Amino acid sequence: MLGKLSWDALPFHEPIDMIVSGLMILGVIAILAWLTVKGHWPYLWREWLTSVDHKRIGVMYCVLALVMLLRGFADALMMRSQQALAAGGAQGYLPPEHYDQIFSAHGTIMIFFMAMPFMIGLMNFALPLQLGVRDVAFPTLNSVSLWLTASGVLLTNVSLVVGEFARTGWLAYPPLSELKYSPGVGVDYYLWSLQISGVGTLLSGINLVTTILKMRAPGMSYMRMPVFCWTALASNLLIVAAFPILTATFAMLLLDRYLGFHFFTTDGGGNPMMYINLIWAWGHPEVYILILPAFGVFSEVISTFSGKPLFGYRSMVAATLAICVLSFVVWLHHFFTMGAGADVNGFFGVMTMIIAVPTGVKVYNWLFTMYGGRLRFTAPVYWSLGFMVTFVLGGMTGVLLAVPPADFVLHNSLFLIAHFHNVIIGGLLFGAMAGYTYWFPKAFGFTLHEGWGKASFWCWFVGFYLAFMPLYWLGLMGMTRRMQHYDNMAWQPFLLVAAAGALVILCGILCTIIQLVVSIRDRAGHRDRTGDPWDGRTLEWSIPSPPPSWNFALMPQVEGEDAYWYMKRRAREEPAGPGRTPDYEPIEMPLNSSTGFVTAFFAVVTGFALIWHIWWMVGLGLVGAFVTMLVFAWRDHDEMEIPVEEITRMDRAHRAETTR
Amino acid sequence: METPLHDRAPGDEITAGDRRNATLSGLQAYLIGLGLAVILTGTSFWAASTHLLWMPGVPIGLAVLAVAQMGIHLVFFLHITTGPDNTNNVLALAFGVLIVFLVVAGSLWIMANLNANMMPSPELMNMQMQH
Repeated sequence: MLGKLSWDALPFHEPIDMIVSGLMILGVIAILAWLTVKGHWPYLWREWLTSVDHKRIGVMYCVLALVMLLRGFADALMMRSQQALAAGGAQGYLPPEHYDQIFSAHGTIMIFFMAMPFMIGLMNFALPLQLGVRDVAFPTLNSVSLWLTASGVLLTNVSLVVGEFARTGWLAYPPLSELKYSPGVGVDYYLWSLQISGVGTLLSGINLVTTILKMRAPGMSYMRMPVFCWTALASNLLIVAAFPILTATFAMLLLDRYLGFHFFTTDGGGNPMMYINLIWAWGHPEVYILILPAFGVFSEVISTFSGKPLFGYRSMVAATLAICVLSFVVWLHHFFTMGAGADVNGFFGVMTMIIAVPTGVKVYNWLFTMYGGRLRFTAPVYWSLGFMVTFVLGGMTGVLLAVPPADFVLHNSLFLIAHFHNVIIGGLLFGAMAGYTYWFPKAFGFTLHEGWGKASFWCWFVGFYLAFMPLYWLGLMGMTRRMQHYDNMAWQPFLLVAAAGALVILCGILCTIIQLVVSIRDRAGHRDRTGDPWDGRTLEWSIPSPPPSWNFALMPQVEGEDAYWYMKRRAREEPAGPGRTPDYEPIEMPLNSSTGFVTAFFAVVTGFALIWHIWWMVGLGLVGAFVTMLVFAWRDHDEMEIPVEEITRMDRAHRAETTR
Repeated sequence: METPLHDRAPGDEITAGDRRNATLSGLQAYLIGLGLAVILTGTSFWAASTHLLWMPGVPIGLAVLAVAQMGIHLVFFLHITTGPDNTNNVLALAFGVLIVFLVVAGSLWIMANLNANMMPSPELMNMQMQH
């Protein structure tokens, strides 16, 4: 009846697991109880959970990412403390099977459920505003994407309480991840969580590509789009091209595990090396999917706060598109040591060095944008400057690792760990934080507290160097990754410094939380009345903060790059006559829909049932999701009309504020 | 656009307000597409099973028929044309073909190379057999 599920799945025999899951369940119950007592459910359901507004979906993506940052960081603290303790005779406090789950969960959560939702959230929020349109191309599909991603997150976190998570590392290499060597449900949790959230990501990619290609404001030609839109286009093209590879690879591993196929087994004609080849054919484009939107954020931030158009706009666009294509011809550098010949290794090594060139072009463009500008040192600029220093360093070690002979020495050592944290934290996370601080006033109508934001930056910046510079050194000393215990006492001092660095990063995360609380408490003083708190250059700053659901009362007419900057300049040069009132028209907006939420509910049911082999429940979940789709497809009434009076009232109020 | 500028291509989708001369109605285009696809499929099966053809030429012939089949699908069912409003679709197709080529060719090259390098030598295989 319940497949493999029994009371043994609950962690009664493991004290650490028990306490953590107990606290997590209590936390969730507390939040649900608070929502019920306060009577927030109807509001939450109507305005957020069923919302198809791209801004709210973007905000929910970012909230999801920030919560998962806490979960993934908790894993990181456990790893750092275990390695600081478990030297020589000491065994630390985490047994190997638990430690293996922690590093697998850390990688999976940070990439799929922190980095991806954060970037997709920022793109969802800012992209339609920058393009000057009222929504994404498929609003309800957008909601489906969000909730499918949330389903994957939920399943991964359920594994903490019911059953176990994978012990295979974040990419679940076979043969270890095959049924023979991982008979438990851990790998199944991993695979089904990522299959479900992967569908969400792919749908999101299709949605955003269509939005950029088909839905720009009048006059917004390709070469007038803000650079963030270009990097988002490249990133989403990569999502559309790469995620099917991931889905197909996981599907083959699932066939191996569920139906006895032999794609990646060591016997029966299978070939585990093919899995590693395919997973990195997705995996390398994936890192550019993550970093390109961050590059876009830095371009916007640097240009806005320097008060200058971006230096080398065309070269920026060319570099972005070059990275988009080149990212598909470098994937072998993740497995130089698997045994390919010198010609193959040489080719992919050289391609890897070449892809560093367009990235270098971008760094020079940002530097020259600041040169001669009047830079305002706000928190987003701090994150951007910290990024430039840190990312260049990480890029250098990356080019070093791209040399196959050097990689043979450093492969799977802590040098590699230090390298990719150097580019992911220094690139993506700093970019996400810069974007979060930059667009927060647009989303909520008040700016974030500057002091706490800068404190957060300094903690992250210093903490990062403390935590990861020792790892470079340890890698050169020969320490490999994923060690639960080690005998070489010379490594311990470095790992103690790294643990201290992780604590400094913890202070940075705490500063971000305090910043949010303080800013909400003092929001009256930080109110953004004009909708343009930073003297912005792109269209999202031309509308009120927070924007009305229809974004633009009148479709903006774009006449050049940095559209809003030129609108502002022209308005100063030729002040509008007194009686000039624009002709407003009623606007059709899509109705909210519970399709996304209900589909995701059935996806969780299906995923959970597949993991535990509860076949009747699988059928139930699939039928439920299909019926939900039918109900959505046959609805009659899907749009509402915003009356002219409301649009006029909102737009007049905003115009009065901006001309004051 | 009062006067029609050009005729609609066979697979081109009819959108509201489109005043171009239709060479074919929507259903007709689908039926022609289906007919061509069936003919090509039938020919492939015939070519594979007959003995009338020169045997080494059959695989090449099948490849040609397969490519033609893809073309029929693209034009008649997926409505890819060379029309000016179809640029995005053509570019998306080109990008897709490029990526598929890179991944497939790259994987074949890598896996062939790995097999050549990592396959145990015959002596080693024999040693394993003797255990």
